[in-house]
Amino acid sequence: MSAKSEQIAAAIQTHLGDRLLEIPSICGELTYEVAAADLREVCTALRDQPELKFEMLVDVCGVDYLDYGKVQWSTRRSSGTGFSRAVSDPATAPVEENERRFAVVYHLLSISHNARIRLRVFADQAEIPMVDSVTGVWSSANWFEREAFDLFGILFKDHPDLRRILTDYGFIGHPFRKDFPLIGNVEVRYDPEKGRVIYQPVSIEPRTLVPRVIRDDHRYEESLKEPGGNG
Amino acid sequence: MAEIHNYTMNFGPQHPAAHGVLRLVLEMDGETIQKADPHIGLLHRGTEKLAESKPYNQSIGYMDRLDYVSMMCNEHGYVLAIEKLLGVEVPLRAQYIRVMFDEITRILNHLMWLGAHGLDIGAMTMFLYCFREREDLMDCYEAVSGTRMHAAYYRPGGVYRDLPDSMPRYQYSKFRSKKEIDRLNQVREGSMLDFIQDFSERFPKCVDEYETLLTDNRIWKQRTVNIAVVTPERAIQLGFTGPMLRGSGVEWDLRRKQPYEVYERMDFDIPVGLNGDCYDRYLVRVEELRQSNRIIAQCVEWLRNNPGPVIAADHKVTPPSREQMKGDMESLIHHFKAFTEGYCVPEGEAYAAVEHPKGEFGVYLISDGANKPYRVKVRAPGFPHLAALEEMVKGHMLADVVAVIGTQDIVFGEIDR
Repeated sequence: MSAKSEQIAAAIQTHLGDRLLEIPSICGELTYEVAAADLREVCTALRDQPELKFEMLVDVCGVDYLDYGKVQWSTRRSSGTGFSRAVSDPATAPVEENERRFAVVYHLLSISHNARIRLRVFADQAEIPMVDSVTGVWSSANWFEREAFDLFGILFKDHPDLRRILTDYGFIGHPFRKDFPLIGNVEVRYDPEKGRVIYQPVSIEPRTLVPRVIRDDHRYEESLKEPGGNG
Repeated sequence: MAEIHNYTMNFGPQHPAAHGVLRLVLEMDGETIQKADPHIGLLHRGTEKLAESKPYNQSIGYMDRLDYVSMMCNEHGYVLAIEKLLGVEVPLRAQYIRVMFDEITRILNHLMWLGAHGLDIGAMTMFLYCFREREDLMDCYEAVSGTRMHAAYYRPGGVYRDLPDSMPRYQYSKFRSKKEIDRLNQVREGSMLDFIQDFSERFPKCVDEYETLLTDNRIWKQRTVNIAVVTPERAIQLGFTGPMLRGSGVEWDLRRKQPYEVYERMDFDIPVGLNGDCYDRYLVRVEELRQSNRIIAQCVEWLRNNPGPVIAADHKVTPPSREQMKGDMESLIHHFKAFTEGYCVPEGEAYAAVEHPKGEFGVYLISDGANKPYRVKVRAPGFPHLAALEEMVKGHMLADVVAVIGTQDIVFGEIDR
């Protein structure tokens, strides 16, 4: 971690240490978690505190943690019985209610101090995920929050204009949720009888070309990763 | 007689000045804009969701298609994020090649912008001039990657291959005179670096040409000076980056402030505007053309004298060469693995940002340790810019909307993703 980000981390610790939880990062980026109730106050403090001065909101990103760490192909016990078939699609597995399913990630930039931090807030419940809007703190949040609402169905309290932004007029569902199929639910075609374009359920079947795997066998151990080594 | 109220006008989505598929719902009072509501998403392809369903390397091609006038810069943001998580060391020569192509891409983008912006507000000649120089740079793309636009040239760990020793040449045809083709081929005799050097030597003259046409042009000034003024405070609040922010007088350039690759070794200046109007943003971008050209010349100089590898030798991430693959079992396995399953990226998250021609292009990656990203978020610079369109055009005339869309350098590939 550079001296600059240590300085910022120390300033955050003194001013907001009780409300921000630092998350360790593998590439030295400052990441904090904040409770949904504290979000707006913390953001205002991050923007206005002279030692912090995060005056620009670079990005707002919705995340759906439903399938986090799930794989389509078990690789652990492969030697005796061979690999399993990679057919099970986690998106079709039964949805378990997860309190910490939807998160919103904010990337902040301080132009005065040339520093970045990342802020993550989990929505209180997965049924109707709701997070306070930060449009009052940074104007750039407006469209970013509309996008997160459109794609993930995360509601932003007190947002001035929470409409869909990227999907089609009259679109149903929130396409970036992990339980929304990649190929979608409807397709369009021209109906010569009705003389117009119509929607109908999709006719193609989802297919896994490359299964999603997590390998944590010895090849990925640090000591064996020397360049040139056969690992 | 009924009182006449504001009326609503629909601009686009199919309009030559909408730069793609922008639908604007404008509320007009006479010819003055009262409200503007951009409807976007007509080019939404779900790039981020598609990337989540594929091994990391297979999404590089999608990045080209985001902002389709600055292809390699998009790839750069994506591979930087992967490299950050993997901790791969990129060879120095690859870093120079990346910087050189980033700047070539910046020139490509700014030329496209200058041509289209000029065309939008009445300067037809600009378009033809700009496309003349773009053609040469497209040839560089083609020589190095085999394709003129969607290169997929940057890979995690370096670039796909080294710069070629020869440039493709024109063949004689009935569409061009022999003399013309000989002239074009004359600069393509040597290696690619010779060609780029030749380009960087003649390019400042071309920029002078553009400037004689526009900078002191009365009509150009009438259309741009004092149009859509953004104060520095508002620009920061609205999340502006790149020339949009620098045009408002904030000196902020990631190449200088948070340098990546070898930008800290480069000698270049960062132009900033004074008034934050369309004219200042024009001046900033034109100066950036000159500065990019300077960086390219420095890269050419270094690349000539320093041969070396252009991609990391860690074959758990990068594929071995074809030659190795044909002769060695271990390499064959690596090659097969790299192109089928790909590599697993350690669990964690990373945000990598590059100074894209349009502003800050960031890629936020969340990995859960699998061979596919868990979440990819592309932070497109044009997105917050377009979000501020209403604020910028309010109170201006209808014809100024076109100037504002031009000055924002809107490309829908990246905004709609």
